[in-house]
Amino acid sequence: MKPAPFAYHRPGSREEVDQLLAQLGSEAKILAGGQSLIPILNMRLASFGHLIDLNHLAGEPAEPAVAGDELVLGPLVRQAAALESALVAEVIPLLSQALRHVAHPAIRSRGTVVGSVVHGDPAAELPAAVALLAGSVRARSRRGTRPILAAELWTGALENTLAEDEWVDELRLPVRKADEGFAFEEFARRSGDYAICGVAARVRAADGELKAAVAYLGMGGLGHVHALPPVAAEEIDGPGLHSALTEAVAELDPGDDLHASARYRRWLALELGLSCVSRAAERALK
Amino acid sequence: MTTKLFGERVERREDGRLLTGAGRFTDDLAHDAAQAAFVRSDFAHARICDIDVSGALDVAGVLGVYTYDDLQGGFAERLPLLIPHRDLKSPRTQYALARNEVCYAGEVVAMVVARDRYIAEDAAQAIRIEYEPLPVVVDLEQAVAVGSPLTHSDAADNVAAHVSEMKGDVDGVLGSAPHVFKWRFRPERSASMPMEGRAVFARYDSGQDTIEVYDSTQAPTGIRAGLAELFELDWDRVHVIAPDVGGGFGVKVMQFYPEEVLVPWASRQLGMPVKWTEDRREHFIGSNQERGQIHDVRVGVDAEGRILTLDVRFLHDTGAYCPYGLIVPIITAAQLPGPYRLANYRYSFWSVFTNTVPVSPYRGAGRPQAVFVMERVIERVAHELGLDSLEVRRRNFIQPDQFPYDVGVSWQDGGPTVYDSGDYPGGFQLLLDSLGLDGARQQQAEARAEGRLVGLGVGCYVEGTGIGPYEGATIAILPDGTVSAATGLSTQGQGHETIFAQIVADELGVPLERISVTTGDTRRIGFGVGTFASRSAVVAGHAMLRAARSLREQTAKLASTTLEVAVEDLVFEAGAVHVRGVPEKSVPLGRLTLVSNPLRYAYGRDARFAAELAQRAYAKADRPLPEGSRPGLSALEYYSPAAGVFGFGMHAALVEVDRRTCNLKILRYVIVHDCGRIINPLIVDGQVLGGLAQGIGGAFYERIHYSPEGQIQNASFMDFLIPYATEIPPVELHHLETPSPRNELGVKGVGEAGTIPVPAVIANGLSDALGVPIDHVPLSPEELFQILHREPA
Repeated sequence: MKPAPFAYHRPGSREEVDQLLAQLGSEAKILAGGQSLIPILNMRLASFGHLIDLNHLAGEPAEPAVAGDELVLGPLVRQAAALESALVAEVIPLLSQALRHVAHPAIRSRGTVVGSVVHGDPAAELPAAVALLAGSVRARSRRGTRPILAAELWTGALENTLAEDEWVDELRLPVRKADEGFAFEEFARRSGDYAICGVAARVRAADGELKAAVAYLGMGGLGHVHALPPVAAEEIDGPGLHSALTEAVAELDPGDDLHASARYRRWLALELGLSCVSRAAERALK
Repeated sequence: MTTKLFGERVERREDGRLLTGAGRFTDDLAHDAAQAAFVRSDFAHARICDIDVSGALDVAGVLGVYTYDDLQGGFAERLPLLIPHRDLKSPRTQYALARNEVCYAGEVVAMVVARDRYIAEDAAQAIRIEYEPLPVVVDLEQAVAVGSPLTHSDAADNVAAHVSEMKGDVDGVLGSAPHVFKWRFRPERSASMPMEGRAVFARYDSGQDTIEVYDSTQAPTGIRAGLAELFELDWDRVHVIAPDVGGGFGVKVMQFYPEEVLVPWASRQLGMPVKWTEDRREHFIGSNQERGQIHDVRVGVDAEGRILTLDVRFLHDTGAYCPYGLIVPIITAAQLPGPYRLANYRYSFWSVFTNTVPVSPYRGAGRPQAVFVMERVIERVAHELGLDSLEVRRRNFIQPDQFPYDVGVSWQDGGPTVYDSGDYPGGFQLLLDSLGLDGARQQQAEARAEGRLVGLGVGCYVEGTGIGPYEGATIAILPDGTVSAATGLSTQGQGHETIFAQIVADELGVPLERISVTTGDTRRIGFGVGTFASRSAVVAGHAMLRAARSLREQTAKLASTTLEVAVEDLVFEAGAVHVRGVPEKSVPLGRLTLVSNPLRYAYGRDARFAAELAQRAYAKADRPLPEGSRPGLSALEYYSPAAGVFGFGMHAALVEVDRRTCNLKILRYVIVHDCGRIINPLIVDGQVLGGLAQGIGGAFYERIHYSPEGQIQNASFMDFLIPYATEIPPVELHHLETPSPRNELGVKGVGEAGTIPVPAVIANGLSDALGVPIDHVPLSPEELFQILHREPA
């Protein structure tokens, strides 16, 4: 399990990365935490002529920071740093809740938040959480920068809308509003595994009404947010939620694999969704 | 007296090294050695039409590229059939490099040696092999059906062997039994997955015509003997060393894997050291697996649930080759009756080839399957007759006064299967008392009243351990007073350095920290068998005991002359020999070694003393070395048991199926375990608990998924699910000690014990929780979901 030969680049600034990508284009791959990329290279499932290692960029923030009403995460903020951040837990509790399910400490200590979002695995926690939060990334290249909304970032499993010379140097997530509550639930075969099924829920409480939205992981799609019809606060656990979630689950297109059938995954999506939305609603009403 | 260490919770002496990264594994050696990579078949069954290695030869840094045609002499023969059997009519083993035909995906076809592993893999990728795919058989039932594809294209069928034995009159009793039931059970294929894969490092010295091989093997002495034969070299020109080895669980007792032959061969071809370290993908497709069987059972019982007769016919999946003979199905057959009295028992098995990775023992070695079948039979009998399954067990147990107990069929060593000792009803009662049966049943009833799915599972087993043929030990007292002990079998983390030192310490009265133990190094001791079948403590333990005792006698004789007292008046304590009742009169063991070794040249303070002794002897016109004595204090002894010894155990679990996720939750897990006298309770605990974790893997996580085309679908740790610590429940562990009457220390083996009954226990618990029979393992949340939510017809 050794990778095929590649040229290794160690830029010291974001501008140098832009420069390298402009030259190398599709032959190059960005290396951040490497927790997905390196195994893929070692198993020779993919090979690239060039790796551009971000880990030596000078002056990159190691911690998430708040700017205005957004949380900003640079390309080298590790998942462990975001999970341990009291700031994140306070301003975007969903991100903390989702990070708890991301693999294990050894992986989180290297893996980056931005890297997982850009990688775009449909069974990963962070893309679903970012989609539900309506976050955005900043794509950059020598040509300049542009924001991409989460909903427009992914075109499918492990595929995104970045141009060949573009990379992501920032993830922005809107901070929690006072009337918002979140919850995250996941079922995996073993603690820390990729999800068989996971659900992220956001509920807003306004004028005695609750507006819920859910995003799924492990259910085939990537970046889809399902908005549920508003219900009165006292009816959140009523049959309305069941039928709304049943409809949402019907839109999903999970596959059969070694670990779970599509039918089982749909069952899980409904069961986890019901409790997830209830818990998010409780938190929104607090 | 020095405190006796036998039976004490002595901390493992090897852990400091192993847990701080200071261990020395094969891959830690020789970073400058040339490295090998292998090209493995992509097809489960194909004819090799052409191999074009030119692309590999063009890669800079490549030192050698080899295919079957490059092999000569014994290296071009099929690898050995390790354990022949009279009923093994159509054995098959593979060539070191495939010749014309590949019979499983992963079979080694070509070898590349290069300056480093990166280059070797680049070159391996550049080799072009043209295959003509052949029909593939993976499914065990299909393999024995008429018209099945053939695993080997030149064979008549897929049956390697058919074996049957009977005790009593099975057909007669089946005809007369009040109740006869027929069931089918299906344990599926798994693999043992040690943390360290296999590794081989070979250094051929052309000047000396010697070869030294470091191998992560469970049987270095066997590897040495085999390599000497292949290389046509004297034994003392071939040495095999198993350094620290990161787990074995049976997969490393195979001799030979192709790589174990090819790496030393390449080292001689190239005249340079060559190393290969297996990666995880290679381990999945190139290292042996186990467990796949299909059992068809007929059982005759009376109205009280007493088993009058049992007739078991089973298919055993041996993969594409059967290098380990019939050991696994023989163990299944002999251990299936377990702790139950079966007056009439017949087994018939067919060992069947399929186009899959070859099969050889994996921790438990055929027993988890056997116990799963027997314990499911007990449960289903109880269910059919409306009886309490715990009571059914009690009614069928072999009683403590029935030992030695003859199962009536052959054991894996060729002798009869005769249990030496045990107390099955006593163990069972301890299990139920520890569980708190009434409380557990009440907890279950309350949970059920709340709509929860809670079940109680129980499983009992007998484990034959400590088989021969023999092991040896050599022990020496060194001039500094330290004691150096060695045995031929190798260690994979079990704690041998601790338990063997305990035995030696007790005999010689030497503090533990002054005893070193070497395992698996043919430079120290060339004769030995290997670490498998839960035999090390029993067989090598007694070799250690005998060698230590012989050394003690030798030392006492010398001390009696030196101290001028009778042997009977000597006490061995704190690293010295003392005169009983005269504490100031003593001689340290190291000094006795010096005394035994008269020197001409004085190299230091101690040697000056020894040289002086020689001069004193001459002055008295004596021989410096008296007739019949020899320099140094050392002993070499062997132990060969006449028969194995049989441990046993009982597990109980309270399990729940989560209605929301359909996942398994283990609420309680209780173990009662008996391996005779315990040398070190801490190590026994570790063995049983580690075994339990592996058993939980076998019950609910670890399954090798083959596609019908013979490709493993989950050949990585992302998809082959080894339970993490988070999936292992807290365990309540109780020991019984029924000594073995067959050996002096009264010990029995423990290495495999914890693994054996777990799939049966979990399946019984889930079956109880869900109210449906569960007749295959491993299970999964998907299957529990399918049981709970059957699709409307």
